[in-house]
Amino acid sequence: MLSEIRILPSMELNILLFGITKDIVGQQKLRYKMPQGATVPDLVEQLKKSYPKLHDLDSVLVAVNNEYGQKQQELHESDEIALIPPVSGG
Amino acid sequence: MYSNDKISISLTDKQLQVDTVLNLVQSDGAGAVDIFVGTVRNNTRKRTVERLDFEAYDPMAVKEMEKLAIRACEQWPVEKIAIHHRKGTLYIGDIAVIIAVATPHRQAAFEACKFTIDTLKQTVPIWKKEVFNDGEVWVSAHP
Repeated sequence: MLSEIRILPSMELNILLFGITKDIVGQQKLRYKMPQGATVPDLVEQLKKSYPKLHDLDSVLVAVNNEYGQKQQELHESDEIALIPPVSGG
Repeated sequence: MYSNDKISISLTDKQLQVDTVLNLVQSDGAGAVDIFVGTVRNNTRKRTVERLDFEAYDPMAVKEMEKLAIRACEQWPVEKIAIHHRKGTLYIGDIAVIIAVATPHRQAAFEACKFTIDTLKQTVPIWKKEVFNDGEVWVSAHP
């Protein structure tokens, strides 16, 4: 019996890292593969699997093109993406 | 750097000066100016702090500070507002942030200034690392 195998096309995201997320990942910029159509929460979930220490943080938000990402916002290769750990300015 | 005739925003690795920021919010229609100055304290939970290292996601931090200033202008009768934040390495007593708000009467100036610093600490992508004599920690990262 033949089963259908579908390979989801993937994309390479460019992710900027700051503060503690930079320390956890060990670099300032990360190229990271995700399936096309992946959303903000998909990315956070996947990154937490790759870097379990992200679970220890109070929060991990995602910025897309210099704005806080919306809940189900879809990501694209051309986006400037950044991980935003809890901020502590002031 | 961002400014229009009402709003002045800055994220800089140079020393912040209260006089400079005060001059920026000078307005003939203002009867009150409220200034908040955030400085580097020498201790956290009894641990001796040597210095703070501030890191920012520059373009987004400036954008978020602009949004914050606009929100303050929408909620209070702000004549002028300045939000200037430092980045890089700061030592005890150094100024990390200055917020100045000029309004016709004092109540609005106090409220808008408090709103601005409280919200900045929640929304603007700037991070500080406390460096102690025996270790270092990113502030607020962990529960």
